[in-house]
Amino acid sequence: MTIPNSYRSGPDERGHFGVYGGRFVAETLMPLILDVEKAYREARADPAFEGEMRQQLKQYVGRPNPLYYAERLTQHLGGAKIYFKREELNHTGAHKINNCIGQILLARRMGKTRIIAETGAGQHGVATATVCALYDMPCVIYMGETDIARQAPNVFRMKLLGAEVRAVTSGAKTLKDAMNEALRDWVTNVADTFYIIGTAAGPHPYPTIVRDFQSIIGDEVRSQMQELEGRLPDSLIACVGGGSNAIGLFHPFLDEPTVKMVGVEAAGRGIDKGPLDHAASINGGRPGVLHGNRTYLLQDEDGQILEGHSISAGLDYPGVGPEHSWLHDSGRVEYSAATDAEALEAFQLCARTEGIIPALESAHGLAEVIKRAPTLPKDHLMVLCLSGRGDKDIFSVAQHLGVSL
Amino acid sequence: MSADLSADPISDGRIARRFASLKAEGRAGLITFITAGDPDAATGQALLDGLPAAGADLIELGMPFTDPMADGPAIQASSLRALAGGMSVRRTLELVRGFRTKDADTPIILMGYYNPIDSYGVDRFLADAKAAGVDGLIVVDLPPEEDDELCIPALKAGVSFVRLTTPTTDDQRLPAVLTNNSGFIYYVSIAGITGTASAANTAVDAAVARLKRHTALPVAVGFGIKTPAQAAEVARVADAAVVGSAIVTRLADGLDAGGKVRPGTVEDVLGFVRELAGGVRGARG
Ligand SMILES: Cc1ncc(COP(=O)(O)O)c(C=O)c1O
Repeated sequence: MTIPNSYRSGPDERGHFGVYGGRFVAETLMPLILDVEKAYREARADPAFEGEMRQQLKQYVGRPNPLYYAERLTQHLGGAKIYFKREELNHTGAHKINNCIGQILLARRMGKTRIIAETGAGQHGVATATVCALYDMPCVIYMGETDIARQAPNVFRMKLLGAEVRAVTSGAKTLKDAMNEALRDWVTNVADTFYIIGTAAGPHPYPTIVRDFQSIIGDEVRSQMQELEGRLPDSLIACVGGGSNAIGLFHPFLDEPTVKMVGVEAAGRGIDKGPLDHAASINGGRPGVLHGNRTYLLQDEDGQILEGHSISAGLDYPGVGPEHSWLHDSGRVEYSAATDAEALEAFQLCARTEGIIPALESAHGLAEVIKRAPTLPKDHLMVLCLSGRGDKDIFSVAQHLGVSL
Repeated sequence: MSADLSADPISDGRIARRFASLKAEGRAGLITFITAGDPDAATGQALLDGLPAAGADLIELGMPFTDPMADGPAIQASSLRALAGGMSVRRTLELVRGFRTKDADTPIILMGYYNPIDSYGVDRFLADAKAAGVDGLIVVDLPPEEDDELCIPALKAGVSFVRLTTPTTDDQRLPAVLTNNSGFIYYVSIAGITGTASAANTAVDAAVARLKRHTALPVAVGFGIKTPAQAAEVARVADAAVVGSAIVTRLADGLDAGGKVRPGTVEDVLGFVRELAGGVRGARG
């Protein structure tokens, strides 16, 4: 493999990151996807768009959020100096809103009048319902029936915000099925509807759009670390579902050879337990084509998509954003995995040592911090993307710990 | 208007011959869709084998996929039934091989999504499909922008690649959609998924006329055709009418609570196909 002279130049004009990405969609959607691409390019060149987005991220979302030195956790682990990028302090409690603000501004610019989205944990659904309330647009959220059951608080939040939550009963009734159903809605309502995809996956240009809107995470870390420590961080760690918080943290640093990056997939009950026991597409899957892009997928030998499992509803997606697949193959980013049990352990440790209840998704990243930090010197600067807060997860965590609320 | 009334790059195959004979008869064709192996391989084979005598002029055979993003509930359910019954790409090709021992002339077009083909391996798939007697492919999630993946290799292998054009395919885009299209052009008459609304006749008439100005290929129209009368309406103006969800639903109605075929179901479905064929054949009479 030839080493690219930049890891930040992708995708090419057809939406490929190496062999990954692309635009594998039905013809009905193709003209629309080309429109989105054009509108996005124009928006990024328009200072007014950038201005409104920055304004909303500051006044409404509450950015910049802190890069916080997790001193007690650092002491507890006794190695690397650990920082948390506090995405959980954003309005709505996760990084998802960064992307939603950008995409709804794009939708408005394109004259669209109706918003749809898919959601797994409900964080993206809540963020989408929130921006739709803010901009007074009707909003339909597709959510698998299984996820509706395990994320009840977020379902109610979305409804309070005025969204219609449609239960998806096809397949395993989780995130991938919600995405199928959102795509079906989109094909049927192409003229007036904008699909706010919640992670750095889907057909080109979505992986790029979502990455760009989430890159504010890494951009802020860069300047905050400069201010706090006068240098670049040594390692960056983030959980990977579809990969939006991870790519947002990583992307601004990809061309800094001293910065090590680790994406953490969901190992569920264990990757070696079998293909239905985890949601680690890179570690336990192989490349294929789903939801508009070529990427690592959980699939059987016939190319049928498998249902992943994770304790975390936001990570059990059978694919991953195409840029991550490419960053994996090129060796620039390491992809590891954390089990349900490790995430639960990390979840509790974070609550007790730092007084922060993290999202179960983020707890997967934290599990990796727990494994790595003790082996590293005290001057090693490690950043974890604390992608969301865990209020939504307390019911399912209680259940796993055998506590009835 | 378009200068390039593109001819079929694969002009000597079963598809071209079938449309030529339909033209000679002065009528439109009926294209029937069923999912391969729904709900089991034996039923799938019996249905497939019975379609030509029931009046199907061309056959679209669905390759089941777990995530049929462009399909409505009827075909989604049918795909899942077939997968539960053990259907796979290899077994789908076996059904075609079985069919070809009895019927050398009726074109078979495999319809599905790209991942199972990609997983099987494009070159191996094309060689095996060709050898089994497959004439064409419709792959929903491969727009012209991804022609290098399968379309170009298919044409090289002598397998037609049939594209979907839709109400959203505008004049600017149409030439790109028609390039490398082979066999016939499939007009999806609604912006939507299979098995839902049907298009207004006037809109279909205009769309077919527009396509005819751009291509010399036959035009088939599908999505939303549920009854013999609707099929007849389409058959007045198009070269073929495609019926899928209605047939698949008829099959689903013949399954018992455990998903097994009740006696007489295959005959009932073929009877429905006969009614559809009656509609299509009488359309211009
Ligand atoms: C808090 C949080 N973190 C992470 C994720 C995973 O998504 P991604 O990999 O796109 O960041 C989710 C998804 O719902 C989430 O809610």
